[in-house]
Amino acid sequence: MRDGKSGKYIIIIGCGRLGAFLASSLSESKQNSVVVIDKKEEAFDRLGSSYSGFTIIADASEIETLRNAKIQKADVLVATTNHDNTNIMIAQIAKGFFNVPKVIARLTEPAKEKVYSELGIDTISPTALSAMEFYRIIMENGE
Amino acid sequence: MVNDMKIFIIGGGREVYFLIKAFISKGYDLTVINQDADFCRKLSRSFKATVVVGDGSKPFMLEESGIAYADMVIALTNNDPDNLVICQIADKIYGIRKTFAIVNNPENIDIFKKLGVDTVISTTYIISSLIEQRAVVDDIQNLTSIGNGKVAFMEVDVAGNHPITGKAIHETGFPDDAIICCIIRGDGVIIPKGFTVIKENDRLVIMSKPEVQTDVLMLIRGKVD
Repeated sequence: MRDGKSGKYIIIIGCGRLGAFLASSLSESKQNSVVVIDKKEEAFDRLGSSYSGFTIIADASEIETLRNAKIQKADVLVATTNHDNTNIMIAQIAKGFFNVPKVIARLTEPAKEKVYSELGIDTISPTALSAMEFYRIIMENGE
Repeated sequence: MVNDMKIFIIGGGREVYFLIKAFISKGYDLTVINQDADFCRKLSRSFKATVVVGDGSKPFMLEESGIAYADMVIALTNNDPDNLVICQIADKIYGIRKTFAIVNNPENIDIFKKLGVDTVISTTYIISSLIEQRAVVDDIQNLTSIGNGKVAFMEVDVAGNHPITGKAIHETGFPDDAIICCIIRGDGVIIPKGFTVIKENDRLVIMSKPEVQTDVLMLIRGKVD
């Protein structure tokens, strides 16, 4: 926590397959405190029964939602919604307005990556990652 | 007036129609990117503008539409994050200085400005504040409250028939928990002292505890409503 305790306070935006998987894994370490935010209540069904964190039903692109989630105390924010621009906006708010130390946004469009890396936001593009892995396997077998 | 100014309008509904009309009459060069194919067809038949069907929040879409040559970008989609990203791409990748965005959530006005959008307009905010202004009684305006509502500000216009007209403030018996912070008289502003005389057509800016607002209005106007 930012107040000096050992675990991390992690906010995950979007409880899709990626967000839910990440939230469940992170909450396995009992030291971490995890909050998942999603607009739809049924999205939280994806969280396994072992999930020990919190859930908030709200639109995280509204700054009020982030305040309610105590974003000013967060160590990490991960934006995983299926809408690139929402992820980018939330990431910039987290970084620029609440000084969250680590902010990661998921981008499906690799073309935007270079713009946002300039703004100090780490982006992960699942599209690029899986393409690279496919490429690696193809080239290995080709040898 | 530079007549070969190139303007990009991305997203939007009927307002696009009127914007195009206004810009074309000024001789500007327009490109419209909109996801509604029928709407685009209609626009392209009615106006001499470049009309592109597609999602303008995608970088390749902007690139292929020739955004590199734009002087101004106007983002009118109904999705706030999309409008932010459109303006940021225009600014950061293509160096377009003039960017306009519409936001639905008024809280996003400040956020967008700090994140580099040139001009941010919230139609929700404009409409709600217009209605609010019209809804209050003509000559009293509740400006704002501070300190979690513990302190209230209001503006009151003084008319000739109000009991306070012509009196010095120390004669009025103003409540302890209220003060006239300033008097707007014509084009000038007066910071009043006890001997300042209140005149007709003065606008009084009053700071008070909310519970004495009624007493203050009674004192100034001789009536509450």
